Amino acid sequence: MQFQLEKRPAPSRTMRIVTPFAAVALTMVLGAIVFTLLGYDGLAAVREIFFTPLTNSYKWQDLAVKATPLVIIAVGLSVSYRANVWNIGAEGQYIVGAIAGTGVGLLTHTMTGPWIFPLMLLAGIAGGAAYAAIPAFLRTQFKVNEILTTLMLTYVSVQLLNYLVFGPWKSPTSMGQPQTVLFSADQSQPYIIPGTIVQVGTPIAIVVALLVWFVMSRSVFGFQVRAVGASPAAARYGGFSANRTVWLALLVSGGLAGLAGILEATGPFGRLVPQFPTNYGFTAIIVAFLGRLHPLGVLIAGTALAITFVGGEVAQTTIQLPFAAVGIFQAMMLFLLLAGDIFVRYRFKRSVPEATRAAA
Amino acid sequence: MTLDLIIPIIITLVGASTPILLAGLGELVAEKSGVLNLGVEGMMLIGAVITVAVVLLTGNHWLAIVCAAGASAAAALIFGFLTLSLSANQVATGLALTIFGTGFSALFGQPYTGKAVPLFRSPFPPELAADPVWRVVFGYSPLVYFSLIMVVAVWWFLQRTRAGLILRAVGENDLSAHSIGYSVIGVRYLAVAFGGAMAGIAGSCFPLILTPQWVERLTTGRGWIALALVVFAAWRPFRLLAGAYLFGLVMTLEVYAKAAGGGFRVLPSELWAALPYLATILVLVLISMRRGGSSSAPACLGKPFLPTG
Repeated sequence: MQFQLEKRPAPSRTMRIVTPFAAVALTMVLGAIVFTLLGYDGLAAVREIFFTPLTNSYKWQDLAVKATPLVIIAVGLSVSYRANVWNIGAEGQYIVGAIAGTGVGLLTHTMTGPWIFPLMLLAGIAGGAAYAAIPAFLRTQFKVNEILTTLMLTYVSVQLLNYLVFGPWKSPTSMGQPQTVLFSADQSQPYIIPGTIVQVGTPIAIVVALLVWFVMSRSVFGFQVRAVGASPAAARYGGFSANRTVWLALLVSGGLAGLAGILEATGPFGRLVPQFPTNYGFTAIIVAFLGRLHPLGVLIAGTALAITFVGGEVAQTTIQLPFAAVGIFQAMMLFLLLAGDIFVRYRFKRSVPEATRAAA
Repeated sequence: MTLDLIIPIIITLVGASTPILLAGLGELVAEKSGVLNLGVEGMMLIGAVITVAVVLLTGNHWLAIVCAAGASAAAALIFGFLTLSLSANQVATGLALTIFGTGFSALFGQPYTGKAVPLFRSPFPPELAADPVWRVVFGYSPLVYFSLIMVVAVWWFLQRTRAGLILRAVGENDLSAHSIGYSVIGVRYLAVAFGGAMAGIAGSCFPLILTPQWVERLTTGRGWIALALVVFAAWRPFRLLAGAYLFGLVMTLEVYAKAAGGGFRVLPSELWAALPYLATILVLVLISMRRGGSSSAPACLGKPFLPTG
């Protein structure tokens, strides 16, 4: 008996929703096996990474903190990837967003007022969008592939950050430490749930996801992005400009990455330091795919990846599992999800081998 | 400038160029068969960490390089299985491979972090390289000579052999190649595995020539520069060689700018560190401008092959 792949007439909606969950489940099974083979306690690793953050209610606030930047960045990336624009430099836009917002923060450091924090957020968005405008310009003007330019600019942004915190922006009171001054109260994210570390960034992330969902499903812009992404030729025929879509995709994804950056700087970090880049921009790529490039899916996927980060920290202390293991679990998730895509486009059909058919 | 200054610069330049040349050659072959593998950076990291482990355990450089090539080729085959057999999106799968390689190397490399790795020195008797001028010819690691031989070998394979012709046909027009009876998927598997092995050897260069130890993310984006180089070279091995050495020069400037003072001090060291990446962008722009939009990329690059529709 043989199985044959048969193309579905249309991609399966059910499978699109089922496969991400299956990928996460399979990651746990495979991860337990792989880490056991590597000489760790595989079952304990899976328990600590995937379940402890959920069962231990003290960890929920950590989940919210970690999920916030992931969701904000990944929502932007899902818009971009929908349009077939491969912005993989969100990490760089995240850094430049933080730098731009911090710039405003340094200028307003001696001032007070409720307008300062929102202004810093706007500067963060503008910074991220402006940094993403470079690849947009190069792609639309010179047809330069955005995959490479967005990534190269990420490495450049790390150097820019280092230059600033080691040089002109170094705090005079830091005793030689490479860091900017601590943001003032008016420059920091307000806490929203008393007694926890949950700040205003978390509801902002949820609002961003809902807003983008609404825009993508209800507006002409959303339709244009999906149309250009699905079929550039047909979209051109329909009067949609491919160049405009590239611009919008990069500005939206860059702006949101910038927002995540300044929220992270004014929240968990409190200032800029060389350790500021923590790869949220790259992990958000996994979040976007795992969330099926849908804002609501991204909310769930962002939480799932946040679980692995928080769980990874737990596993580090409880079972001495190196934190790098988290990266392997995350990559495994993405591999399995991409492998599972075949069930979205194809179905397995039992086929009778040629020989038996001839004999019959 | 005196010879004393020029010769170390040349030797640094060649060392810095070698990994991107090796990885670029591997990616060039994979792309010629129609597969875009964005996992170069991840495969290089796997190669680098395996090299460190094997050298520290056995002391055998050659064995380390073979193991690195094998491990990265195996990683490339995961990518191959997903993209070729399951026709998954090549861009996303390549990124996944880089994320995997970063995580794997960080985990696997932990016990070896910071330990000194013996450099892989010139295979020629030291008397030959004693004279500074002859050092420019005989003073390199065997990996350097290997990379130069591979430039010729890849050119010869693609342009002068029947197998190379088939590989190019698969990359230019997969349906025709399939209808003549060539195994498109089979050829692409081999090309992807070769690309992986070369990226692994490129990874070996980091601990064996450049920075003799393991640190996380040792390759610092050089895999991505190798990808850009392939575009720069318009998929031609000898232009890839020229491009790799041009980038080697830019990276060497960074090394000397950090060490030397004088005129270099005018600009912050971070700018020099950012220079290879800025140069990559600039070069990509210049190429696109000159080509006027028409690309010399293989026609099937990045597209999945689906014979049954």
